[in-house]
Amino acid sequence: MTTDTELRVSKIENGTVIDHVRAGEALRVLKILGIDGSEGESISVGMNVPSERLGHKDVVKVEGMELSQDEVDVLSLIAPDASINIIREYDVVEKSRVERPDAVTGVLTCPNTNCITNAGEPIETHFEIMDEGVQCRYCGTIIREDITDHIEA
Amino acid sequence: MRHEHVISAKQFSRADIEAVLDRAATFDDDQRGVATAHEGALLGMAFFEPSTRTKMSFETAIKRLGGDIVDMGPVEYSSVQKGETLADTLRVIEGYADAIVLRHPMEGSATMASEFVDVPLLNAGDGAGQHPTQTLLDLYTIREAEGLDDLSIGIMGDLKYGRTVHSLAQALTNFDTTQHFISPTSLRLPRSVRYDLRAQGGEVREHEDYEGILDDLDVLYVTRIQRERFPDEDEYKAVAGQYRLDADTIRAANEDLSILHPLPRVDEIAPDVDELPGAQYFEQAHNGVPVRMALLDMLL
Repeated sequence: MTTDTELRVSKIENGTVIDHVRAGEALRVLKILGIDGSEGESISVGMNVPSERLGHKDVVKVEGMELSQDEVDVLSLIAPDASINIIREYDVVEKSRVERPDAVTGVLTCPNTNCITNAGEPIETHFEIMDEGVQCRYCGTIIREDITDHIEA
Repeated sequence: MRHEHVISAKQFSRADIEAVLDRAATFDDDQRGVATAHEGALLGMAFFEPSTRTKMSFETAIKRLGGDIVDMGPVEYSSVQKGETLADTLRVIEGYADAIVLRHPMEGSATMASEFVDVPLLNAGDGAGQHPTQTLLDLYTIREAEGLDDLSIGIMGDLKYGRTVHSLAQALTNFDTTQHFISPTSLRLPRSVRYDLRAQGGEVREHEDYEGILDDLDVLYVTRIQRERFPDEDEYKAVAGQYRLDADTIRAANEDLSILHPLPRVDEIAPDVDELPGAQYFEQAHNGVPVRMALLDMLL
């Protein structure tokens, strides 16, 4: 018997299912992961799907792509409740909850134009994750709103 | 001292600060009696911005300890002009010197530098970030004048871009102090510093003028409001005028007030204040030498 979710979003053969994304955040999840279909990957998005845990949730399924740890770290910034299922030949071979890391490296750009990380030096950005935002290890700048606007291109 | 690099006042514990100040006091009594303490030691000077007091006092300090400096010289004559990164420049200087003093116009430059060099690195100012060695001499001056506990201190002027302010405010959270921050709204403490202060248990009391506060203070730390922070001359003059102090104002409000300023001053403290017993800023500048002697003595 299929679940309510599966009725709306079809199964994938190989790839990643990002489940329990907060309702309305699915498109941002795709955006921050840089998934736009231009690589020919098949993408299914379910939005405002009923969920026992969240009331309503979004679900993202991407065929032919497995998320790296860096990508999961990024995801944790906007989808802290998400779970990630790696699918191979229609089976879930790995299931994990997103865990908020202590810090993210090389993921965000510092909005302070006078920060040394914006000066062409041989370093990666590094942001400590705080309760309400992230803080640049180098200049101390805090980003609280629209964190995803600062994801490195 | 537990730390090999001196990057930010956030890294200082009360014990760290007291150890430096205690040692500074011994050098203050006799700066010339330690001329062989660090004989042969070389301090690399990497100043990417102009400096008078900080640079000269570091140079004096290492020479008083029997060492010398190797100076990168002005940026316009260095390989930075050829496009060399700061990381590379400092790795080269590391090969010549036993410790490096860095002043750079960008925030976070000292933190980055500390990741590339193994010799002790001392942050002598990173943009609008931090100036922790200035803080140690500020604390030394305050301790000599008023003590560091049960202290009410006002910090006034450009609190947004003032790196000496950011470092001092953070270091003061180690002591039983009440801090008042006095500035125009456009130059109030940055969010990141307010966050750090609260995280360190400090309370942030902000005011737009000093009226009614001066008589509650033991110390007033004044900083310069810079012309370039304002879109036009008139706005600058209007704002800067509100934060100007003269001897009559201080006498009327609080004759015992200790007044500090990291210098250079422009108009914010009138020359007649110099005659008041609480005017500490030239003593403060002098204290740069024994305090930096103490730091170098502990790090080299």
